[in-house]
Amino acid sequence: MKISRQEVAHVARLARLSFSEDEMELFTNQLNQILLYMEKLNEIDTQNIKPTYHALELTNVLREDKVGPSLPPERVLSNAPAENKDMFVVPRIIR
Amino acid sequence: MLAQKTIHELHRLLTKKEIKPQEIVTSIFERIGRVEPQVKAYLTLIQEDAMKQAKIAEEKILKGEVLPLTGIPLAIKDNICTEGIKTTCASKMLESFVPPYDATVIQILKAQNAIFVGKTNMDEFAMGSSTENSAFQITRNPWNLERVPGGSSGGSAAAVAADECIAALGSDTGGSIRQPASFCGVVGVKPTYGCVSRFGLVAFASSLDQIGPLAKDVQDAAILLTAIAGHDPNDSTSAPIEKKDYTSKIGQEIRGMKIGIPKEAVQEGLDKDVQGVFEKDVEIFRSLGAEIVEVSLPHLEYAVAVYYIIAPAEASSNLARYDGVKYGFRDEGGENLIDMYCRTRSLGFGPEVKRRIMLGTYALSAGYYDAYYKKASQVRTLIKQDFLNAFKKCDVILTPVSPTPAFKIGEKTSDPLQMYLSDIYTIPINLAGVPAISLPGGLSPDRLPIGLQIIGPHFSEEELFKVAYQFEQALSFKEKPRLEE
Repeated sequence: MKISRQEVAHVARLARLSFSEDEMELFTNQLNQILLYMEKLNEIDTQNIKPTYHALELTNVLREDKVGPSLPPERVLSNAPAENKDMFVVPRIIR
Repeated sequence: MLAQKTIHELHRLLTKKEIKPQEIVTSIFERIGRVEPQVKAYLTLIQEDAMKQAKIAEEKILKGEVLPLTGIPLAIKDNICTEGIKTTCASKMLESFVPPYDATVIQILKAQNAIFVGKTNMDEFAMGSSTENSAFQITRNPWNLERVPGGSSGGSAAAVAADECIAALGSDTGGSIRQPASFCGVVGVKPTYGCVSRFGLVAFASSLDQIGPLAKDVQDAAILLTAIAGHDPNDSTSAPIEKKDYTSKIGQEIRGMKIGIPKEAVQEGLDKDVQGVFEKDVEIFRSLGAEIVEVSLPHLEYAVAVYYIIAPAEASSNLARYDGVKYGFRDEGGENLIDMYCRTRSLGFGPEVKRRIMLGTYALSAGYYDAYYKKASQVRTLIKQDFLNAFKKCDVILTPVSPTPAFKIGEKTSDPLQMYLSDIYTIPINLAGVPAISLPGGLSPDRLPIGLQIIGPHFSEEELFKVAYQFEQALSFKEKPRLEE
């Protein structure tokens, strides 16, 4: 086993996902299968190989700090599940 | 029937004022009326709006302002933001999301007075190879309704193949334009990373995603790419390139060009019919006077493992934004904020998206980062290097697009790893960031299209179109799906 049920539960918490017992079972099995396949990568010696995080190497893309047009608040909020006075509404955090 | 014509044919007719854009739109919607109940390529159709757009395009044409896409009806994958038109990513999470702005590619197409027909079905958040992961409907392959159209841009590919639009936009993260193009017998292009703006493309894996065209022939694909490519200040990963005409080398001969065939191209799991078509296609290049050379991509076999670490890792980060606060679905049953997040995400995402978020979160989590994400990123360097080395010996590389023709609906849904392995030929291209085109290479004995992939060095799109066009002319693939029989 590459990943235990407890670890799957931990990762689910990190990802803000919750699963039923059946789903936990299925995901644990499938993730194990997939991670076992990833073992393949250990056949390659990657010491001193620089990682590629991006296909096109662009660094420090800068532009002039100038105010441009932006969306008005009502349009930004137009898809919000709950809003009030130009703000997003979330469930109570502080009691 | 006008719906069957290409962009360049219709452009000629429009310029000569022999037809009006309204007639093309009418023809498209007549066709949709007849075949869409079987194919189910679209999630949203905007017929009234399309007729209005056609009227505006007509006025432009009467004033003599005819750009290459003026009056041409296009389909758009449902992960590309369209102002005022639902953009769902085929997910319950975005079922009622109406973007407040247009993606850059949409702004460009609007400026050319292209006409939008509707938004096409896809695998949820572009994660999948069959379009079966859509939360809303199964799209069927126009060539055989029992088979998948490929994915994730399956709706766009099926719409083009079934003449339900003239051409379409898709997005390609690991093959999502090229594999459905292959399965549906159309042309699909994954441009060089950074060639087309990603502004307004709903992010899946940001270091791999590219928007590209799906079209009926090579020339149309080049015309569509010419329109949408170019630097965009709104996308800091877009390449600082000049506007180019990607059709400029179409028609030039390819005699003397070096065509590389990776010795790893023919491998275990490659279907006999696909191999047969591939070998015949290579002979066509020889007959065109090209020189066939053997090259090697020694790390090809690791590409799937690398991709299914990197893409889910980036996805797990990108999809953190779906928290039920700013837009999209929210489940109201939660007791507190964290509870609301969990319920929203668990009910809003489908199984494949959750699987990838889990995989990605795990690969990035403390203690596993080096073993998975960093390791995969290092092997990615080797894969990219393989291509750079191969291109020292040849101008373009040929491979199959997919190891099999279109598979049956339901055939691979229970085994995610099997589904992932079918991406072996398309994934390395995204990892390296190079461009590739998928175009029809032949038919299997049971009349399923089989695509050929032509890969070029970074920013070599003009050469790719030149090579693809010569092959297309020589092969002269005239088969069409038999939908109404």
